[in-house]
Amino acid sequence: MPSEPALSLSGVNAFYGDSHILHDICLELPQGEILALLGRNGAGKTTCMNAIAGLLPRRSGRIAVGRQDISALSPEAICRAGVALVPQGRRMFRSLSVEENLTVARRAAPPAGQRPWTIAQIYDLFPRLQERRANLAGQLSGGEQQMLAIGRALMTAPRVLLMDEPTEGLAPQIVAEVGAIVRNLRAAGLSVILVEQHMAFALGLADQVVVINTGRVVERGAASALRADMSRLEEQLGIH
Amino acid sequence: MFWINGLLNSLAFGAILFLLAVGFSLIFGLMRVANLAHGAIFMLGGYIATSMIGFGFLAAVLAAALACAAFGGLVERSLIRRLAGRELAQVLGTLGLAFIIADQCLLVWSGDPIAQPAPALLRGTVEVAGVVFPAYRLALIAIAAIALAAIWLLVERTTLGARIRAAVDDREMARAMGIPVSRLFTTVFCLGAGLAGMGGALAAPVMSVYPGLDAEMLPLALLVVILGGIGSLSGAFVGSLLIGLIYTFGQMLLPDLAYVILFLPMVVVLAARPQGLFGRHMA
Ligand SMILES: Nc1ncnc2c1ncn2[C@@H]1O[C@H](COP(=O)(O)OP(=O)(O)O)[C@@H](O)[C@H]1O
Ligand SMILES: [Mg+2]
Repeated sequence: MPSEPALSLSGVNAFYGDSHILHDICLELPQGEILALLGRNGAGKTTCMNAIAGLLPRRSGRIAVGRQDISALSPEAICRAGVALVPQGRRMFRSLSVEENLTVARRAAPPAGQRPWTIAQIYDLFPRLQERRANLAGQLSGGEQQMLAIGRALMTAPRVLLMDEPTEGLAPQIVAEVGAIVRNLRAAGLSVILVEQHMAFALGLADQVVVINTGRVVERGAASALRADMSRLEEQLGIH
Repeated sequence: MFWINGLLNSLAFGAILFLLAVGFSLIFGLMRVANLAHGAIFMLGGYIATSMIGFGFLAAVLAAALACAAFGGLVERSLIRRLAGRELAQVLGTLGLAFIIADQCLLVWSGDPIAQPAPALLRGTVEVAGVVFPAYRLALIAIAAIALAAIWLLVERTTLGARIRAAVDDREMARAMGIPVSRLFTTVFCLGAGLAGMGGALAAPVMSVYPGLDAEMLPLALLVVILGGIGSLSGAFVGSLLIGLIYTFGQMLLPDLAYVILFLPMVVVLAARPQGLFGRHMA
């Protein structure tokens, strides 16, 4: 009997105003695994991340972290339940210093099952951030901002990490670095949803793959199986 | 002598203005709410202090600050948050509240101006380099400077302050990081209203308290914020001193044109720097 999923969505619909963006999304993120969420531009990946994080007021369906139903919770409460967002475009607190960006997110005493992080541990993971600790976040390079966005999310003591296009706009060398970090985080017990445009990168990391198109799941499976049949995936994603 | 006295009066008035405007600016900057009841809360603080003077000046000021802070929190929870994102509703709602407060003050404290004695300790004068200054006005300037330092420390050097700034930068992301933005907003509102109440209480010995004080002070606070930049602490301070100077000297030199003189620098600043002297560009 496998343990219950870290995160599960069943029949999730989401709207921006009157536009119905997500249609009956179902997915399960197993404990300690990486699930790649793929899809073309505008497919609804970011909407799906934001719906999980509670940032879309109009949503329906069931979203659960472990056994806890989080579908009706506020973004703050969802964060406390152990879901942390690394948003598309990083969205740092630009006028705060690097260290303040970490401090404001700090959850020192989370419940059992959520590991607290200290600033020193984040600096161990990202030595560059320590060098830049007194700089304003708005002054960082894209790669450094991405590390800060990941560090900030970790400070909230998550069980589940939602990473929305963490490699967008980064140099290949930094992309590889981000990949190594995601692997480390999985090894540390975190469960990750990884939204990516960069298919090879995502397939190299993921255990599971879900593909969405116009707000609906059109493909799902183990990453190993999909790696063996790349052409099918490329077709789904409109790569020719 | 004329100039030095005028300068001191300007700075003292600027100090009062700062206590009023800093809360208005913080609330405007953080919550995007122009709280048009802020002047009424200032007046309410003054009235409360006149009623509490029997317990001593310090107790009267504290009581005014605490009562106004509590009142501000109540207003935020019951009214302001229901109007989130609706500018017209906020303007009408807070303006209506200002009228209600002013009307209740008229009922309780009557229409006659109420004088407030300065604390015994500060009733005299201080002589510096041959010039005689009223001690209370010097104390007002010192209190405003201390308030500036305390608010600066709170906003720039504490986790609470960093969270407030994070919420200003990106409210949605702040919530997603578990920051209780709604509670922070109430706190900021309490703080702003408390400072306004304290300002009203401290202004009472200089200006006395009378109906219409609210409507007289609110436009000045608006000017300060426009001049200094929305949500900017240093902007509120410099803006208050500037407006204090212009208003006081304007009334001394050209009493008929005092209001025109007041609005001229604002027009100049708005034309040259629409975000205010110290403001950042708003997203
Ligand atoms: N704030 C918004 N308001 C209205 N529609 C939006 C908003 N954000 C995204 N959309 C629409 O929702 C759809 C999905 O967008 P998104 O989730 O950002 O896609 P992806 O992240 O997969 O590129 C798109 O059609 C987009 O136009
Ligand atoms: Mg996206």
